[in-house]
Amino acid sequence: MAISEDEVRAMARLARVAIEPDDMAGYAAQLSGILAFVARMDEVDTSAVEPLAHPLDLIARLRPDQVTEGNQRELFQSLAPEVERGLYLVPKVIE
Amino acid sequence: MIDALPRTVARLAEGLARGDYSSVELTRHYLERIAALDAQLNSFITVCAEQALAEAAAADTRRATGKAGPLTGIPYANKDIFCTRGVRTSCASRMLDNFIAPYDATAVERLRGAGMVMLGKTNMDEFAMGSSNESSYYGAVANPWDLARVPGGSSGGSAAAVAAGLVPIATGTDTGGSIRQPAAFCGVSGIKPTYGRVSRYGMIAFASSLDQGGPMGVSAEDLALMLNVLAGFDPRDSTSIERPDEDFTRLLDAPLAGLRIGLPREYFDQHLDAGVRACVEQAVETLQARGAAVRDISLPHVALAIPAYYVIAPAECSSNLSRYDGARFGYRCANPRDLNDLYCRSRGEGFGAEVKRRILIGTYVLSSGYYDAYYRKAQQIRRLVRDDFHAAFENVDVILGPTTPTTAYHTGTHAADPLTMYLGDIYTTAANLAGLPSLSVPAGFSDGLPVGMQLTANYFDEARLLGLAHRYQQDSDWHLRTPSGFN
Repeated sequence: MAISEDEVRAMARLARVAIEPDDMAGYAAQLSGILAFVARMDEVDTSAVEPLAHPLDLIARLRPDQVTEGNQRELFQSLAPEVERGLYLVPKVIE
Repeated sequence: MIDALPRTVARLAEGLARGDYSSVELTRHYLERIAALDAQLNSFITVCAEQALAEAAAADTRRATGKAGPLTGIPYANKDIFCTRGVRTSCASRMLDNFIAPYDATAVERLRGAGMVMLGKTNMDEFAMGSSNESSYYGAVANPWDLARVPGGSSGGSAAAVAAGLVPIATGTDTGGSIRQPAAFCGVSGIKPTYGRVSRYGMIAFASSLDQGGPMGVSAEDLALMLNVLAGFDPRDSTSIERPDEDFTRLLDAPLAGLRIGLPREYFDQHLDAGVRACVEQAVETLQARGAAVRDISLPHVALAIPAYYVIAPAECSSNLSRYDGARFGYRCANPRDLNDLYCRSRGEGFGAEVKRRILIGTYVLSSGYYDAYYRKAQQIRRLVRDDFHAAFENVDVILGPTTPTTAYHTGTHAADPLTMYLGDIYTTAANLAGLPSLSVPAGFSDGLPVGMQLTANYFDEARLLGLAHRYQQDSDWHLRTPSGFN
């Protein structure tokens, strides 16, 4: 399964990861190699096998609907690249 | 520095209890070793000297007031994937280079509660993605047995630091072998517990259905002691297993007579290096002499574990790492044109090549039209791999084999083709897919490089695994050897 540079570009757009144009061919070759390798899975017929998401077949636990986390906005905002009056700043979305 | 300090946590704890030295003296000793020797290894990203000495002083006070636990005052290090309040938690990524964790991971909180002293944060592959510790934003880590070789990964810093005696014990995480493989390459012991044993709260997520934290140390006994602190139910981790606490040291002295050990023929295949094979076969004879019964078994689908792993892990990675967007914490690119540019360039510049590769693969296998062919298929293989183990454990108690097909390779070996590095995970990924406990202990040397033996047991059978490893370590001293230059 070969991946084209166009497909890498499409994945990079979906994943919101900028890839330098010079790196595109390298990624295409490496991803093609990895996909060819994982295609070995096709050696075994799994049509009757139920997919397994969790090895212990665990079911999500419920907990009481109570507030457990206190407000730590100032601490969290001290980690932010840009804040103003308690808000996280990003470039304008609507002109 | 203190003279002739014992290597293991168990003996160090006895020395502390006897008053041979204080925790402050012990802590200073290791801090001095780090300062003197780590320039050769690069095993630490952050050293917390001041904080460690304060924690050590508190541990000494606690002991003086009769409130010390078994590990109070013992220095340790955390893989830089565990959040540590007030201390940078980078995950070895430029993305989190400026991230001071605002809270402690549950694992860290438990170790802190036990009175252990954190010396610092160890180097690793970026976001735990890698098997050679070469993908760290802070540079590669060297293997103390041969500085031109890799320590393994992704918990390479923890493994190298323990092997070099810079710290007596450390934490690691294991998604596809990231505790066991570096333990094998560096000649230390390490255990990946049953999935759900150790809380993942505050442990930065790579592939959530596979990630599991655990200890890396000199001896199996030390692993048991630290696992006693690390393991336990945590309501803050939705996949934490609700079980009563247990003592993982309880089977350390259990006799091996009657224990059934299975050797999967798939683990002794043509990929296995002859020197590694010879060491593991020798170890099997040692265990047989102790009374263990050995038989051949088969895990027919295990060869498909790596292909399935390299679908499932990147898929979960692409989802988990979507949280790094440059908006509220972490790296942000300079002068973003608009919001999309901020996302794309912050992530493009903040992540290294291996992380981006896995995000792209994960995005691909989850994308419309490919989901069934890759992700669903991999989850089906996952069941087959797990069922192979279930069948095997009807006839044997423990599965034994090599941890890795080769010993540590030279830095740069797989730089051109990451796929060849992935193949080194051939014996380790299956236990993650199946969620089983699995450990690696030193089993000899091949051409001067450590060889690891992997032991895997059924769910929640860590105590038995550790007991078997401990009995082996009473008949061998591989785990106590020190690399020259780090005596």
